[in-house]
Formats: sequence, structure tokens, C-alpha cells
Amino acid sequence: MPTLDIDRLDKSYGEVRALRGMTFSVAGGEIFGFVGSNGAGKSTTMRIALGVLAADAGVVRWDGRELDHAMRRRIGYMPEERGLYPRMTVADQLVYLARLHGLTPAAARRSMERWTEVLGIAPRRDDEVLKLSLGNQQRAQLAAALVHEPEILVLDEPFSGLDPVAVDVMSGVLSEQAAAGVPVLFSSHQLELVERLCDRVGIVQAGTMVAVGSIEELRTTDERRWLVDGPAGASWAAAVPDVRVVSAQGTRTVVEAAGPGPDDVDQRVLAAALAAGPVREFTRQQPTLVELYRDVVAAPVPQEVSA
Amino acid sequence: MTTTPPGSSVTAVAPGADVGTLGSGAAIRLVAGRELSTRLRSKAFVWTTVALVAGVVLGGLAIHFFGGNRAAPASQVAIVSSAGDVADPLVATGKAVGVTIEPRTVADRAAGEALLRSDAVDAVIVSTSPDLEVVVKQSLDDHGQAVLGALAQQLALRSAITDLGGDPAAVAAQVSSAAPVATALEPAKKQDAGQIVAGYITGILLFLTLMTAGQLVAQGVVEEKSSRVVELLLATVRPWQLMAGKVAGIGLVGLIQMVCVVGAGVVMSLSLGLLDGSALDVGATAVWALVWFVVGFTMFALVIAGLSALVSRQEDVGSVIAPIMGLLVIPYIVGISIAPWDPTNPLVVWLSFVPFCSALVMPMRIALGSAETWEALVALAISVALIPALVWLAGRVYSGAVLHQGGRLPLREALRPHRTD
Repeated sequence: MPTLDIDRLDKSYGEVRALRGMTFSVAGGEIFGFVGSNGAGKSTTMRIALGVLAADAGVVRWDGRELDHAMRRRIGYMPEERGLYPRMTVADQLVYLARLHGLTPAAARRSMERWTEVLGIAPRRDDEVLKLSLGNQQRAQLAAALVHEPEILVLDEPFSGLDPVAVDVMSGVLSEQAAAGVPVLFSSHQLELVERLCDRVGIVQAGTMVAVGSIEELRTTDERRWLVDGPAGASWAAAVPDVRVVSAQGTRTVVEAAGPGPDDVDQRVLAAALAAGPVREFTRQQPTLVELYRDVVAAPVPQEVSA
Repeated sequence: MTTTPPGSSVTAVAPGADVGTLGSGAAIRLVAGRELSTRLRSKAFVWTTVALVAGVVLGGLAIHFFGGNRAAPASQVAIVSSAGDVADPLVATGKAVGVTIEPRTVADRAAGEALLRSDAVDAVIVSTSPDLEVVVKQSLDDHGQAVLGALAQQLALRSAITDLGGDPAAVAAQVSSAAPVATALEPAKKQDAGQIVAGYITGILLFLTLMTAGQLVAQGVVEEKSSRVVELLLATVRPWQLMAGKVAGIGLVGLIQMVCVVGAGVVMSLSLGLLDGSALDVGATAVWALVWFVVGFTMFALVIAGLSALVSRQEDVGSVIAPIMGLLVIPYIVGISIAPWDPTNPLVVWLSFVPFCSALVMPMRIALGSAETWEALVALAISVALIPALVWLAGRVYSGAVLHQGGRLPLREALRPHRTD
């Protein structure tokens, strides 16, 4: 599978350093979620990949070759700032965009019909974009990114402003595209969605990738936690070696095994709890993406003296 | 610059047969095609064109029915039958002064005065001897004074000749054939009415269409910026291709409008015979007007496209393109207010060679018949020679500014080196 490589991108806007050695890669068939606070450099990275913005340093490669104008035509792009011609009909607009990407008139029309159908805006084909609801404009925008049958998808916040049904449609489309071998790079602030949809996630802060990997990889931390719904009070846990109590509320106790403790530490926790009373729930607690994100973002940013 | 090494496009392009690489020509044609189809279907374009064509047609009809080169209506003069022999000399004298006179005979003075009161005649000649006696309703106009004054002198002369025993008819024949032989040292090329009207129409029409098309370019550039669609477009076409396509598309729209209006004018003037007796070369004037529209539009549109890219909102367009619009207004005012009356005025002649101004002033001079062909060609060559420089400059400003959002970008910033990809 070819890979989209983002390799050590640097970009400054005047005094502000937007990107500092931004590096990651997205393999074909993979959905990559790009998360980070506003101004962290997600949109800048995507715009550089599209050639809309020039990087100060670094390269973007596809299948080992630096992206050139012809290859960029094969990217499906949804810019952060949505935009279509307000006074053009959905159909005309999509056909026009498809043709600008090199499709023949007939293929452009077929593709327009297919994507408006898939995205549920077929009845609005002959309406001016201006007259569509916000949600339908968003669907039209996604259709504009897909209408030239791209080999790579780069979507800047494709889920913002969508209703739950549209989110499902959009998720379905992204999964299908990935299944067809397309690398899908998208940014989002909806972390639960990213967690559910993405094969890999990159957390970006201050222009640098601070954590990247599959959700499982990111979750794998040295501390393992369990939630025990059993004996009231946390005194039963004090006897278990290598384990400390994180929180205790009524019958619900969260314990944590620090460091690479013995593998059977969970069994010993359970045994100690059962010895103290009946246990109704015993679950391994894994940090959610939200928690991971908070941990990462809360960490101090490496400050550099600007050159 | 735009060619891709054959090796790289092989993997870049999907195996699907429907996808091909898009050359610069094809990209520009697509962009221009969008402009063309959107604008031609817009109500604003249709109605402006209809209004302009209607204006030309109605103007032509107005000239045809109410004036222009048609002779002034004949003056009706009643002659009391006793003075009937004055009819021929009256008509002849009128002709010499340039007034057509239709004499009619009435029985007596009372009948003549009745006609006068009902405005059926302009004057009544009641007797010729001893003096020429004329009755009018209120007063004699200048032409009447001239004709009747000359007629009175002629009648006096005639009776004197008769008294001296001569033949008044023979003398009259000799007098009427006498004319001075005048040699002009610097014959002035006098503009006739047809040429003056054509000069005006050429100036007004070029001004209107250049102004409208220029505004369309400005609005089109800013529309793409303000709707943010430009980012989507620039992910697949290069900035200069987008600009070139836009200018070409809107230029074609303007040209179509010009052809409609100029064509209507030519058809009207030829079919109604409006130009009979005029020195106006309607074919050359029309062709030159179209040529100058194309050249003028290209120059103005390039500058306007570059400048409009500096701003992001329609409200800011006016201020940013004001200087270039001034370059359109000044030659128009000079041309329209001086050229028809004084086509050899140095300011007019000078402006007809200055690029941008020449697009308006030179075609007016051509319509007025005051420009030599070599002058027209030199002015055209100067303007055309400037176009490549404008393409470069406008392309650079446009590329540097078109993705900038927010307030007005200083020209200096836009001209700074930017991505050449």
C-alpha cells in the first residue's frame, strides 16, 4: 500500500511558528484522525499537503515521491473554510469541479449523480448552493471532495455542523473509501467519533506531533486501572501489594497498579475484593481519547526561542 | 512549467479510463466556460444587452423619423393669384439659401390669411409691386428673412432691368450661375452628423462595456475569495490559470454583448439609410471598435483581476479598483467632450496613443474619420506590446494575494516572492 508521508514540515507566519517539524504518515486504506486544539497546526499541515500553502521546509510524499501538481489533483480536499459558488447549482458545481480534476464530461456527470445519491442530496441537485440548509451544504462540500474519485482524502473537520444522521452517512463514506485503499486524513474536535472511526490518531500541539499511534497503542500506559463495584469503602484494597487506590465512591472503587507489576495483579485485586464482600462489576479501565488528549495537551509545551 | 514528467503522472493518475491529466489550455477553457455559461444565463447580462440593443434601435428610428440627414420640412408659402409669377423666383431663391419652399396659389389676401391663421402656411405673399408685401402670423424667422430679403432685391433688380429695356430672365440665369472660385490652403476635414453620432456611440458603448466587464471581473475574483471556493479551485488549478480563464470568459461575454450592440447599430444604419451622404465608414468603425474592446478589455481586466485579489469582501472592491477605473473615466470624458468638435485637439490625439486611454479615444477618432490608418495601427501596437508585461504583473499579484483572507493586502506583500509550484 502506498503511504502519504508528511515529513518534517516547518511553517512560520511572520513571528508565529505554526509548524515545527510536523511528521507522520497515513497508509493507504487507513483512517487517520488528526486532533489538537485550535491553532495547533492541523489546517496548516493539510493546506501544505494540498499545495495551497508553501512550507518553509519539509516535504509531503505519496508512494515515496514528492507530491507534485498532477498528483495533488488526485486528492479529495475539504477545506476548513467551506466554500462553493453560492449561485451555482449543486449539479453544475460538482460536474465543474470533477472536470477541473480531469474527469471527462460524461464521467463527471456520472460521478456527480452517484455522490449526490450516496450523500442524500440528489433531490437538491438543481438548487443553488445558497438555498441549501447548512447540513446539506456540508454534504455538498463532501461531495465536492469525492466527486473526482480521489486517491487520497484530506478533510478538515468534515463532521463539524452535521446532524447525527449525517455523521453516520459521513462515517460510512469514510470507512468505504478506506476499505477501497484510500488513505483518509481528517481532523476533528469530536474525539469520541475519532476514537470510534480511526485506525490511528495523531495528537498535535503547537505545530508538532506529540502522540501518534492506534487508539490501543495510545491507551497502553504503564498504569493499569480497574473499576471494582463491590465492598463499600476502599480498605480491602490496601492489603494488595503494588496497588494504590485512585478513587472510592460508595461501592465503586478505582485501583491502579503502578509500573510493570506482576501479570496476575488483577487476580489479586479481585481476590482481595471478593474476600471483603460480593463483587458486582470488575472492569479494566482504559483511558479514553479525551483523557489521553487532556493528558497530552496539559503537558508543558516545549518553548523555543524563536529564530 | 506545467508539464509533468511522464513517469510521475503514471502512478498519480488512477487506472480508470475517465481520469486524464488536465493541461493548462484545458484548465483555462474550463474556467472560461464556467464564466461564460454563468454570465450568459444571468438576468443582468440579458437585460443589459437587451437595453443596449433597444437603445441603438430606438435611437436609429428616432434619427430616421425626426431628423438627422433628412431635409428640413418644406416651408409653405401662399401666393395671392395676382402675384403668381413670383413663385419660380421664390423657389429658386429658397434653394440658394438652403430652404425648400412649396408655393401654393390662393385667390385673395383673405384666403391666404385664413390659411396663415390655421398654420397651414408660413407666409402669404400678397403683392410684388411696387414692393414685396408679405403677411406672416407673428414674425419672419431667419430663413424667411433671408429668402424674402433676397427675393425683394431680385424683384427690384428685375423691374430695374425691365425699365432699362433688358431681359430679366437672361440676367437672372447669368447671375445664378455666377459663383466664387475659392481655394482652401488648409482644407478642414469637417465631421458630418453621421460621423459625430458614430463617435459618440463608439465612446459611450466602449465605456459602458469596458466598465461593466471590468466590474464583472472584480466581482468574480472577490466572489471566489469571499465564498472561499478559491481554496478548492487552487487545489487543482494554478492561480494564473484561474485568472486567465476568468478574464477570457468574461471578455468573451463582453465581446458577445459588443457584437450584439454594434451589429444592431450597423444593421439599423444601413437598412434605414441613416448614413446616406455621410463620410462615415461604418464597417471600419465597427471592426475597430470591436478590436479596441478586445485589447482594452484585456488590459483593464488583467489589472482589475490583480487588484481585486488584494481584498476579500465585495465592499472593498470599489476602493481597490478606483485608480484603474479613473483610467477609464478620464479618457472617456475627454473623448466625449472634445473629440467630436475638435478631433485634432492635441490632448485628444495624444491620449489616443497612451495605453489604456487609447482603447477609448482611438476608436472615437476612427469613427470621426480623423485618424489615419497608421495612427490606429501604432496605437494598437503600443497597447498590445504592453499586454505580456501586464499578464506577468497581474498573474504575480493575483497568485500572491488570492489566498490571503482578511483585510486589504498591501500590493508590496502580494508582490513578494511566493510559491512557484
